[in-house]
Amino acid sequence: MEYFVQQLINGLALGAIYGLIAIGYTMVYGIIGMINFAHGDVFMISAFVALISFLVLGIVGITWLPLALLLVLVISMFVTSAYGWAVERLAYRPLRGSFRLAPLISAIGMSVFLQNYVQIAQGARVKPMPPLIRGGFIFMERDGFTVSLSYMQIIIVALTLVLMAAFSLLIARTALGRAQRACEQDRTMAALLGINVDRTISLTFVTGAALAAVAGMMFLLYYGVIDFFIGFLAGIKAFTAAVLGGIGSLPGAMLGGLLIGLIETFWSAYFTIEYKDVAAFSILVLVLIFRPSGLLGRPEVEKV
Amino acid sequence: MAVTSQRLSASLAGANLFAALKEAGVAALIALVLSVIVIGMRTVDQQGGLGVEFRPTVVALAVGLVFAGRFLLVLWWERVKPLDRSARDQVMDRIGAEVLHYSKYAGIALFGFALAVPVIWSDNRYVVDIATLVLTYIMLGWGLNIVVGLAGLLDLGYVAFYAVGAYSYALIALHFDLSFWACLPLAGLIAASFGILLGFPVLRLRGDYLAIVTLGFGEIIRVILLNWYSLTRGPDGLSGIPRPSFFGFAFTRSPDDGERAFHQLFGWDYSSMHRIIFLYYLILALALVTNFFTLRIRKLPVGRAWEALREDEIACRSLGINPTNTKLTAFAIGAMFAGFAGSFFATRQGFISPESFTFVESAVILAIVVLGGMGSQVGVVLAAVLLIGGTELFRELAEFRMLAFGALMVAIMVWRPRGLLAHRDPTLLLGGTTPKGDGGGS
Repeated sequence: MEYFVQQLINGLALGAIYGLIAIGYTMVYGIIGMINFAHGDVFMISAFVALISFLVLGIVGITWLPLALLLVLVISMFVTSAYGWAVERLAYRPLRGSFRLAPLISAIGMSVFLQNYVQIAQGARVKPMPPLIRGGFIFMERDGFTVSLSYMQIIIVALTLVLMAAFSLLIARTALGRAQRACEQDRTMAALLGINVDRTISLTFVTGAALAAVAGMMFLLYYGVIDFFIGFLAGIKAFTAAVLGGIGSLPGAMLGGLLIGLIETFWSAYFTIEYKDVAAFSILVLVLIFRPSGLLGRPEVEKV
Repeated sequence: MAVTSQRLSASLAGANLFAALKEAGVAALIALVLSVIVIGMRTVDQQGGLGVEFRPTVVALAVGLVFAGRFLLVLWWERVKPLDRSARDQVMDRIGAEVLHYSKYAGIALFGFALAVPVIWSDNRYVVDIATLVLTYIMLGWGLNIVVGLAGLLDLGYVAFYAVGAYSYALIALHFDLSFWACLPLAGLIAASFGILLGFPVLRLRGDYLAIVTLGFGEIIRVILLNWYSLTRGPDGLSGIPRPSFFGFAFTRSPDDGERAFHQLFGWDYSSMHRIIFLYYLILALALVTNFFTLRIRKLPVGRAWEALREDEIACRSLGINPTNTKLTAFAIGAMFAGFAGSFFATRQGFISPESFTFVESAVILAIVVLGGMGSQVGVVLAAVLLIGGTELFRELAEFRMLAFGALMVAIMVWRPRGLLAHRDPTLLLGGTTPKGDGGGS
């Protein structure tokens, strides 16, 4: 029982990170119908930006933790958004209206590019980072086994909840959100009604990247090690989460993220840790075969 | 009058210059934001954790390059209006058609050259090795071309079938002591059955979903190879894979009792190059079989159905083509050729491990197909020679190799999404005239 609760907590924290990345996939898919394969690598870059920012802040002498965290978050979101924007501008915008597989191939190229770019710029070694936020609550102590809830896990879940709420408001209430929903339904019609479609799509990539930046910083703080390759697996799992929840649906992405996080954690805890990636991929395959529209998605109708 | 128009054009040029500077300035600013942390501050290992090394010159260089590049590009576009996509496509289509027209002769010339390579460089192991490598990728490219180019199914897990071929060859050869020639078709068959097994449930998915699922399958197979230690010896890999023999005559200096070695068969002196050259001709033959097969099957009903399916699935359905079966044949045949290439890889290396079958490998093969022009056989040759042979030339820049791969994939998609030589004359025309050339060559 204690073991189960502990795994539940771990799984929720992991799932929150996946969920934040998954939102980037689901929004881009909703608005232009493409899989932004490079999104995982944008997440990876954000983790690197956060790591370097922490180190530089340490050199400068800003060590008061809340201020440092806030500064790193702002810097990381800003730089990562710039990456999201640049990726869209360079690799996807010129391809609007091209044949259907072109943006995906371009995105794969971008992903390969970004991975190697970071590898060359920062080296291939794994980058460790000492834990900044230690400690936590310990409860349910029995037979020498304790269930702990670390402050880091609380921060992850709380921050995710706040961001989700803010983001839902953004989509539901603001002009940008309205424009995004309009473009999602019909881009031509939205353009006729005076919405700047290109700008809306760019902003979608920017917000998606900003959320990935939060996920990147939390990943760095939670696991303490990053390398240039983390974006690949995290990206695929987040995409799986988006598909599982129903691609195009924001609550779906969050739900899918939590489910993937839980499944992966429980799989590692109760079956084999070696095959935990296989678990995620198998879920992706099974969902796509049996319920392609996901848990909360709308079925897609193909028209001539 | 003349004076005013001159002044006007001068002021216009000034405005253009100013606009170009502004454009370039914005681009440089963005480049600064992108590079200042990721490139400009490098994390280095030092005592007691990570340190940061500041590299302002590299950032300045990057920003300066972006500024100059953008500035010149805008000025260039002022002078020469960039072609829009359809005009550009027309120009490239014409070039593609020309190339394909000559490719019949070029194909024969290339084939002759390929035959002659080991004769010309008969004692230069390095050249023959690279040529073998390039041919392996050409064969993989041709195999994937069936799936991606002809049937229009984006397969991101192609390397999985390559791995299945390599491992089944190695396992059969190690455990059952069969010769290369007996194992080769078996490995192809096993890879093809994996293609059917994996393809069957997923082929009704739409294009990009299919791509992600194949990627997932590729990774699943790699993870299984990595962890099923009792069968595959996991990360240690399989070693001691039997080398191929020349129809039963081994390439050894001193054969076992009662057997004859290759060099004794012809009464030559022993040379270690014999095996290298034999492997070269082996992969050349395998690649040519793949090419010939593709060119012929294109003209069969199933080949035509693939291409029709690529263009419009709904129309195909209404014409009574079974999309699942048609896609499945393409998937299985593509997998079979990957299996052949895999067994060749295993026998050439003598050692295989899951490290050789990562996603990056799939991306490289896909880049070859995409760059050359999906569906174009000559394009694959061109792209493989450029990408694999070219990167061998710049060995010291090896770490930039994959960077260039990625950038090239994006650039090709932006500039010419169908690939460099993606042109194909219609196979049938109205009025019963037979068109010239069908695209092809070796």
